[in-house]
Amino acid sequence: MNWFVNIFVAPFTEFSFMRHALGAILSLALGCGPVGTFLVLRRMSLSGDALSHAVLPGAAVGFLMYGLSLTAMSLGGFLAGLGVVVLAGAVSRLTPVKEEASLAALYIISLALGVLLVSIKGTSIDLMHVLFGTILAVDDPAILLVAGVATVTLLTLAVLYRPLVTECFDPGFLRAVSKSGSVVHLVFMALVALNLVGGFQALGTLMSVGMLILPAVAARFWAVQVWSQSLVATLIALASGYFGLLMSYYWELPSGPTIVLTAGLFYLSSLCLGPHQGFLSRLVPKKHLQN
Amino acid sequence: MRWVIMIALFMFLLPGPAEAGQPLNVVASFSILGDMVKNVGGDRVKLTTLVGPDSDTHAYEPTPTDARVLAAADVVIINGLGFEGWIDRMVKTAGYKGKIIIASHGVKTHVMIDEDHGGKRITDPHAWQNLANGRIYVTNIEQALSQADPAGAGVFKANAEAYLKKIAEMETWVKAEFAKIPPARRKIITSHDAFGYFGLAYGVTIMAPTGFSTASEASAQNVGKLIRQIKQEKIKALFVENMTDPRLIERIAKDAGAKPGGTLYSDALSRPDAPGSTYLGMFHNNVTKMTSAMAIP
Repeated sequence: MNWFVNIFVAPFTEFSFMRHALGAILSLALGCGPVGTFLVLRRMSLSGDALSHAVLPGAAVGFLMYGLSLTAMSLGGFLAGLGVVVLAGAVSRLTPVKEEASLAALYIISLALGVLLVSIKGTSIDLMHVLFGTILAVDDPAILLVAGVATVTLLTLAVLYRPLVTECFDPGFLRAVSKSGSVVHLVFMALVALNLVGGFQALGTLMSVGMLILPAVAARFWAVQVWSQSLVATLIALASGYFGLLMSYYWELPSGPTIVLTAGLFYLSSLCLGPHQGFLSRLVPKKHLQN
Repeated sequence: MRWVIMIALFMFLLPGPAEAGQPLNVVASFSILGDMVKNVGGDRVKLTTLVGPDSDTHAYEPTPTDARVLAAADVVIINGLGFEGWIDRMVKTAGYKGKIIIASHGVKTHVMIDEDHGGKRITDPHAWQNLANGRIYVTNIEQALSQADPAGAGVFKANAEAYLKKIAEMETWVKAEFAKIPPARRKIITSHDAFGYFGLAYGVTIMAPTGFSTASEASAQNVGKLIRQIKQEKIKALFVENMTDPRLIERIAKDAGAKPGGTLYSDALSRPDAPGSTYLGMFHNNVTKMTSAMAIP
């Protein structure tokens, strides 16, 4: 039993930076699991990626004005993400252009703006740190931010659960019976932006998309219902964070990519082994067909 | 007929050689060289520094303006030793035909392990971190300027001599400051491994959490090892540099019970309002911060 503790617990008892990293990644997983599941169900997986880039100019403005300030960069990032979501929604409502297309157009403008802003200051190295955050450098305020994001996400989802599920299933129906359809959609996209901002504190903008999408796509092979898929996604995200950190600790690998690749590994094995339409389950004949 | 006029016009616009009375157009690759050129050249030189204060020369991206300035230069001064990896390509694109002066020419180099490229052994480019090398830089710059502008040779020589004296005074002061600290305590940890020459020259052990480049991401194992090391060796001097992510160092300091000792300047000078805005100011800032952190019981 002693060896077990030595391998799986000791790094976290010895170093507080490991505990901080674990705390941040676990909080992140709580919010990203369900939000990612809804994103995947609504066939908007790539919108998450687009939004993660849209966050950049806001974070850059926050950085330029207040330096490496957590509050300024997070708030700036969130506002920029929200702006792109609202604009894309408005464009899709007022013109025949689909929301996906306007989002793609707006995020690339937003990204270019961010790169421009950071370059004006002339410190390109800091851009790298915005894009690839440092989970090993998480401090108390950053954990509070990520935990706060998870809390807000879970509470909001609890309130919006029914309309959201309805909208995933039949957006036309929700729009027909209630006027709240577009509001629900906007609030949900705001949640996505919020989780990306939380993730960018821990893993960096590009990496946090991995935590949002990979566990959710993997969960699809293990569970059918929305609630159970969210639960499995959260568990996979938790496990990726924990084992990713351990691997980074024992095998001298950079932490952010290791965590995301662990989630990727979960996805690939779910793809093969998952009981719901995984590769292997397709090879085994189903019972009710034999009759 | 019109194109002949056009060509004639373009010929007229092309930069000619420096004429007497006009300041010499000098391009220095980064801020520390720029400061040295300013000290030696004085008013006879119109200086442009490609990589400005607080910016990373390793990660520099040339702009079209830079290329235009380079094309019009009379003298281009770089550090060499592989520090400006981008300079060859840039000189070719800009069409600069003159000589490139390597300021570090004649410096006794030492080898460092390049963590970013599979632990290859490469020449450490940060030679200016030893004031004795700084004097070689200044002499090289003076010779280059005198060659390009023989009329100003006397002025350059006088400026360089005055500046070399200041550097020598700073060197005496630095050595005296470190002599006050017991040798076992002369250890610092910094986020950017640019103090190889500094450590060798003044007997300071330099340790770094990530390799010498600012581009690589740390692993949990490296950070863990470093915290153990700080605790074991009882190091108190922990430094954040002017361009890497300060949050990582703060995290490590908190874990190991040490204190971040402030900002050291290594690859780039600070903006004019901070203490590291000149080559000598940089040494004064760095040595004061290092010795006061080492003196903490």
